[in-house]
Amino acid sequence: MSFISRGFKGRRRQEGISGRVPPGQYVTEDFPVLSAGPTPQTPLSTWTFTINGEVDAPKSWTWEEFRALPNETITKDIHCVTKWSKLDTVWQGVSLDVLLSEVDFGVDYLTAYCDGGYTTNLPIEDVTDGKAWVVYGFDGQPLAPEHGGPARLLVPHLYFWKSAKWVRGLELTRDDTPGFWESLGYHDYGDPWREQRYQGD
Amino acid sequence: MEHLVEQALVAAPHKRLVWQLGKVVRVVPETSRTKTLVLEVPDWPQHQPGQHLDVRLTAEDGYQAQRSYSVGSPPEDKHVAITVERLEDGEVSPYLTDELDIGDELELRGPIGGYFTWQASQGGPLLLVAGGSGVVPLMAMIRHRAAAGREVPARLLYSSRTFEDIIYREELDQLAQDPGLEVFHTLTRSQPEGWAGHRRRIDSTLLEEVAWPSQQQPHIFICGPTRLVEAVATTLTELGHDPARVKTERFGPSGG
Repeated sequence: MSFISRGFKGRRRQEGISGRVPPGQYVTEDFPVLSAGPTPQTPLSTWTFTINGEVDAPKSWTWEEFRALPNETITKDIHCVTKWSKLDTVWQGVSLDVLLSEVDFGVDYLTAYCDGGYTTNLPIEDVTDGKAWVVYGFDGQPLAPEHGGPARLLVPHLYFWKSAKWVRGLELTRDDTPGFWESLGYHDYGDPWREQRYQGD
Repeated sequence: MEHLVEQALVAAPHKRLVWQLGKVVRVVPETSRTKTLVLEVPDWPQHQPGQHLDVRLTAEDGYQAQRSYSVGSPPEDKHVAITVERLEDGEVSPYLTDELDIGDELELRGPIGGYFTWQASQGGPLLLVAGGSGVVPLMAMIRHRAAAGREVPARLLYSSRTFEDIIYREELDQLAQDPGLEVFHTLTRSQPEGWAGHRRRIDSTLLEEVAWPSQQQPHIFICGPTRLVEAVATTLTELGHDPARVKTERFGPSGG
C-alpha cells in the first residue's frame, strides 16, 4: 500500500490474539447490538423452527421439541462487518448437522428466514460438519431478545450478519439467492479472513 | 413483516466499493467532544441520506484500522461531511478529532448501507429520533429535505445529555424556522436555567406527544445508543406503528 495516514500510530494488538483477528477488525469486550428494525416479540408458545423448500418432506419443531434436541456448548470468536470482533463467546444450541439430518435434500444452498422478515443466504457446505448452530443460550443465560433470542443462527466463520437473529427456519434452495444485506450491497459469502464485506470485495 | 424482503428486492445493482482519498477542506468543532470533517472526495458517488462510509487509517509500518461513520451532509452538497465523536479510549476517533487537519488526506470508501435511508421523493411524514451522535445520519435527511425543497412534514426528537452536548444546535434552530420541521430537544443529565425543552429520557409519554398517530403512517428512523434505540422502537411498535416503517441504526458504546 502507498498511502500513509499522517501522524497515525494506532494501537497494536495484544500479544497472543494477533492470529485470531481478521484484517480491518478490532477486538471489543462489549456485545454491540445491530439490527435494521424493532426487536420482534414472539411468544415461545407459538415459536416453531422449520426446514422447508427443496426437501422431500418439510420438518418443523415446537419450542419444547427443539429444546429436547441434543445440544452443545460452543466457544467461538465472532466478527461483525461493522469492524468489531469478540473473542471466546460461549453459546448453547443445536448443531445444524442434527437439524439437517431430519430432512432429505439434494440442493446446495439455503436461505435462513426470521421474525421481522430478515433473510440471509448460505451454502449448505458452510453450515454442515460442525460449522453452524441454532443457539438459544449465551454465556450460560437464555439468549436476550436484542441479541436474537429466543434463537439465532450461529455461523462464526462468516461475518456475523450471516448469524441471523430471531431465526425461524431454513429454506433449502437450488440456487444461491441473496438475502437482506446481500441485496443491499453486502457480500454474498462474507468471509472475514478475505475481508469480503461488500459486493466485489 | 415481509418488508425487509421487499425492500431488498428493489435495491439497485452494486458497483465494487473502492478505497479513495478524500481531502479535509474544513474542520468544524460541533461540541467539546465532536467535530465535523468536511471532505473533498473526487469520485464520490452520490449517497442517500442515512448511508455511511468506511474510513481506513494506515500507520507507517503498514498497521491499519477501519471504522464506519455516518455521512451528515446531504447528497446535494459538493463535499462529504462526517461528524466524529471522540471516544476517550478510542483508537480511530481521537486521531480524526485531534490529529487530522485541513489539507490532510483520509482514505475512505462508500457509500454503504441501503436500508436506513430516506429520500424526499418518498414523502412523509418523517419522524426522526436521535440520541447523542446518532443525530448524524438523521441530519443528512433533514438537510436533504431542506435542499430538495419538499414540504414533507418532519419532526426530530433529539436526546442529549446536556445543552452543550447538542450537535448541530444552531443549524437545527435555523432549519426549524421552516414550519414543516419541528425539533424537540430533551436533556437527560442537566438543563440550563430557563430550559423550556424536555428534561428526561425518551419515554412512552414523550413519544405519544411528539410522534404522529400511527394512522398517519410516518416513516420512522431511530439512531443512537442501543438502550435508546431498543426502548424507542419497542414503544413505537406498542403505540401501533407498523414495525415495517420503523428503521433503526445503533451507535454502541464500543468502537473507537
